[in-house]
Amino acid sequence: MTMRRVVVTGLGIVSPLGVGHEIVWSNMLASKSGAQRVTDFQVDDIPCQIACRIPLGDTSEGKYNPDDWMDVKEQRKVDPFIVFAMAASTQALRDAGYEAKTLEQQERTGVLIGSGIGGIGGIYDASITLAEKGPRRISPFFIPGRLINLASGYVSIEHGLKGPNHSVVTACSTGAHAIGDAARLIMLGDADVMVAGGTESPVNRLSLAGFSACRALSTSFNDTPEKASRPYDKDRDGFVMGEGAGIVVLEEYEHAKARGAKIYGEVIGYGLSGDAHHITAPAEDGNGGFRSMSAAIKRAGISTAEIDYINAHGTSTPLGDEIELGAVTRLLGDHAANVVMSSTKSATGHLLGAAGAIEAIFSLLAMRDNVAPPTLNLDNPSVETVINLAPHKPVQKEINVALSNSFGFGGTNASLVFRKV
Amino acid sequence: MSDIEDRVRKIVVEHLNVEADKVTEKASFMDDLGADSLDQVELVMAFEEEFGVEIPDDAAESIQTFGDAVAFLTKATA
Repeated sequence: MTMRRVVVTGLGIVSPLGVGHEIVWSNMLASKSGAQRVTDFQVDDIPCQIACRIPLGDTSEGKYNPDDWMDVKEQRKVDPFIVFAMAASTQALRDAGYEAKTLEQQERTGVLIGSGIGGIGGIYDASITLAEKGPRRISPFFIPGRLINLASGYVSIEHGLKGPNHSVVTACSTGAHAIGDAARLIMLGDADVMVAGGTESPVNRLSLAGFSACRALSTSFNDTPEKASRPYDKDRDGFVMGEGAGIVVLEEYEHAKARGAKIYGEVIGYGLSGDAHHITAPAEDGNGGFRSMSAAIKRAGISTAEIDYINAHGTSTPLGDEIELGAVTRLLGDHAANVVMSSTKSATGHLLGAAGAIEAIFSLLAMRDNVAPPTLNLDNPSVETVINLAPHKPVQKEINVALSNSFGFGGTNASLVFRKV
Repeated sequence: MSDIEDRVRKIVVEHLNVEADKVTEKASFMDDLGADSLDQVELVMAFEEEFGVEIPDDAAESIQTFGDAVAFLTKATA
């Protein structure tokens, strides 16, 4: 069967670099970092005491005010990851200039938003309530406000979207899988428009303790948080957790054209693979990532020589960065020297289930503006490479095709390929 | 206005995000103040917490309006 074409027509983002894709993008191109010391809960007994945090303040200044995005009464019932998703979804639909007004439009518009760990903060709090006060003190909103698919649920209720209502949970690949799977729903004709992406609110004492126990987080930069996320650099020692949401409006190409929508790019490739190797460590030969990238490129029907920019998974962990770089080098062959690859996690931190979604947004904006965002703190690469890793500053370059990688715990890999329309 | 009324009204205003002057004696939580069945459960929990009483399920079902709540809690704390 013929696959329908899918394009991106709206962007929404809540992130440590701000709220709204233009302010976030300009902060990123100005090489700003969202990292800071954690001061709102106890961290002195945890090895990692930093995180990338959403700046709170006026929406008009590109900061985050949850009251502008969700009814105060509803906010109280849910974990922040749902509020982030509401904020980013409303932005994306506004940016797309799309509202599902008729019943037919509503039934042809769906939602697919995922999260890596969902309402872990609320689960932590409720378990304390249960232990201290007993089961009668557990709120009836405890379950519905913590379930991962309730981000999709709340967004569908807010905007009257009655098409496919779905969710994804694949750790740090969630955002990329959500966008890829949603695009396929449109390609196959199950919907004409999808609101898709990822959201995460992991910055709390329990998550920091848990990821610290996995030895996944940076621990040597507690006094200089903005230096901690340093993908490919020889002094990197783990990732920095981030919070926020990235949401895109995906639309069938003719549908977008017919209403004169602005188009950021087309989703031409999506590839998935599994490492079948280890619960947290990537396979050392990079085979999983290599196969997800290869599958995406094959699906896109392009050659590797057409890739201009790669938004790396690049989390700043000692193992993962070099393994991904090796897989990309093998994939690109002689073309490697022509490609810019950067890790925007150096600025935003690692938004876990939202990472793949905000990085898809950065890939689309890189195409729009023909500029590759920088990899901050890359002072001394730990390995030699012919690939331009865009250290410190953005790189001006014509970008027609961009690839974005996301790899998650459990050995789950996703790659997306976008092209200018 | 009694102290109990003030405390109940404060909880209702906070939980249902409504104006205090809408919370009249006859105001029904579900019909007039926008509560759904889960909001209603949570309201009763908040009353229990605030007044240090236990409200059994069958009693909770009979608390439909602000007046019902004040009457029940006045009796329960007497």
